[in-house]
Amino acid sequence: MSVAGINVLVEETRALQAGEKPPQAGTKAPLLAVRGVSTYYGSVAALKGVDLDVAEGEIVTLIGANGAGKSTLMMTIFGAPQARSGSITYDGADITRRPTHEIARLGLAQSPEGRRVFPRMTVHENLQMGASLHGGRHFAEDLDKVCVLFPRVKERLHQRAGTMSGGEQQMLAIARALMSRPRLLLLDEPSLGLAPLVVKGIFDAIRRLNREDGMTIFLVEQNAYHALKLAHRGYVLVNGRVTMSGSGRQLLDDPAVKAAYLEGGHAAPAGA
Amino acid sequence: MARTTDASSANASPEGALPAILRDAALYALVAFGLCVPIVSYRTESGPGSDLVLVPRWGLVAALCAAIFVARLLQRLVLLRRDARRALTPAPDQATEAVHGEPDAGQRVSKVGLWAFLGIALTLPLVATAATGGLSSARYWIDLGILILTYVMLGWGLNIVVGLAGLLDLGYVAFYAVGAYSYALLSTTFGLSFWVCLPLAGLFAGLWGMILGFPVLRLRGDYLAIVTLAFGEIIRLVLINWGDVTGGAAGISSIPRATFFGIPFTAGEDGFAARLGIPFDSMHRVVFLYYLILVLALVTNGVTMRLRRLPIGRAWEALREDEIACRSLGIDTTATKLTAFALGAAFGGFAGSFFAVRQGFISPESFNFLESAIILAIVVLGGMGSQLGVAIAAVAMVGGPELLRNLGFLKAVFGEGFDPSEYRLLLFGLAMVTMMVWRPRGLISVRVPSVALGRRRAISGAHVSEGHG
Repeated sequence: MSVAGINVLVEETRALQAGEKPPQAGTKAPLLAVRGVSTYYGSVAALKGVDLDVAEGEIVTLIGANGAGKSTLMMTIFGAPQARSGSITYDGADITRRPTHEIARLGLAQSPEGRRVFPRMTVHENLQMGASLHGGRHFAEDLDKVCVLFPRVKERLHQRAGTMSGGEQQMLAIARALMSRPRLLLLDEPSLGLAPLVVKGIFDAIRRLNREDGMTIFLVEQNAYHALKLAHRGYVLVNGRVTMSGSGRQLLDDPAVKAAYLEGGHAAPAGA
Repeated sequence: MARTTDASSANASPEGALPAILRDAALYALVAFGLCVPIVSYRTESGPGSDLVLVPRWGLVAALCAAIFVARLLQRLVLLRRDARRALTPAPDQATEAVHGEPDAGQRVSKVGLWAFLGIALTLPLVATAATGGLSSARYWIDLGILILTYVMLGWGLNIVVGLAGLLDLGYVAFYAVGAYSYALLSTTFGLSFWVCLPLAGLFAGLWGMILGFPVLRLRGDYLAIVTLAFGEIIRLVLINWGDVTGGAAGISSIPRATFFGIPFTAGEDGFAARLGIPFDSMHRVVFLYYLILVLALVTNGVTMRLRRLPIGRAWEALREDEIACRSLGIDTTATKLTAFALGAAFGGFAGSFFAVRQGFISPESFNFLESAIILAIVVLGGMGSQLGVAIAAVAMVGGPELLRNLGFLKAVFGEGFDPSEYRLLLFGLAMVTMMVWRPRGLISVRVPSVALGRRRAISGAHVSEGHG
């Protein structure tokens, strides 16, 4: 591993150690509860009875291989496609059969897979779209906030979103989601197709969001090592079923997880 | 292939390139000849008795081939000059240039053009009167102005649906028809005045927009286009076949004329001229209609420009960009699409009721698919989403065929049977092909951000792939 790579690792470990203890899940009703959710594409089952909890103030990650159903779960929470069976509750309310835009109005926001910024609108306009739920009432205040979190977004405020780099677009997608002042932020593969250094920047921002603003975050990731280091708790999705769950640390150390998701590209040194 | 020969001739001296250019032009003429043989060379005419005779037209074929040879030759000779070539071919870096890249000449036009256009529109009746020496002799020009402005308004209305919301609507003329028949039926049956019917016509058309909108909410792109196309035809066929109400193919005639807010344009005691104390002139009504459609068009423009700055306008644009992202941001895409359809349709309805009051007679003939195609062509040619571009395109598409009428001298070249105004569709095709080569994003394809913190900066059309204003 290169020197820069090791530095990144060291820094992340330090950041994790400096962090406060993860909030204890299970003491009160979770903010988001997924119970026995099955989702089908036609006759093909993409999710086969998934159970999952996200408590207020947590970072929860869902890892899994390509095609495991990670993004499907994310989209199912958002109501497109809707779950065929099972239930999804957010803040005590059943949202399983609600249309997407109503779910968004309840205080969930997502940065969808592949970022999906509005390419021909400026960064500023993209952020306005994110704030449209509140009719732009605290737009200026929130704009300052995301600009502090992502200085790059501030630099590019009047550029068209489609002309930015992938990392900048990802930052914009997260910033846009934050503009609606969500209680729960869903992030679908924020590291997709980005350079390691950029990924680190984005994961740092996610960590700060959680630490400083107490934002609850549900993170779907293929980049298992980074995601598990960052998250308080994690779930492993295999072929539409949750096969394992536990704290981020536990999963990182689990030999099965190590073998399936961590060997190779991001193999953590045994003693680190 | 043409591109590679261009590149090789760039390095050669102009003299050395000449044989290649001649060969190229000859090849073009040959292809033209091949096309002309089956299409142009013989014409069937009814001879003596009932039999058809073939009339050879080899002279015309030769003329066409020669014209193409010369045109290609000139094109190649002009392109020999490096700067000319650069000016005429779209820059390959259009797609990658910096965002705040300098707007090109065509885009700079839009700044000056806006005021020039408005000035001409406002003063046209005066200028035409002064130029032709009398109000009555200016009628042709004012009528043409009314026609163009009607299409400008229709283009701006359709622009909301196609340009802003990105929903391809091929049946826009249906709403035009709904507006026209609303006024015609309400005024002839219930005697309602134009000023009562105008908002009602818009309302009805908007309602029909929503009726169309509901079933097509799930459709996008090609599928949406086909359904809207069918809708346009259905409305027309209903108008033809529902004879009891719509008068069938014969249409509705003697529709009441427009009044000056209740004062009729008649020669009588309480007529417009008598009240103002000026001599009666039937042209007063025409000039009034001109300014009426101008105001209607400007209202359409004003509302569109205003809406673009409001959340709903932004939602339309975002909807065109990415529907899934829109929904996940809490935007009700159903309501957003329906408002776009309804509002676009309402403006079509206003224009329709104006059409009815101006013509005094309407029939389903006026609302065929070609009308939809013309309106859509105006929007696409103008640069989707660009208000000024649409206006310029309307002038070109509606005024252009009028110019063809004045090309009678071409009869000397093509023979007595040549009627230039039959070549309207040729003009269409020519305009479209020209546009695809040089301005693939429409005449005016600048997008000025609707909101900016600092200076509003226009961006090159290269970033404005479809529908942007």
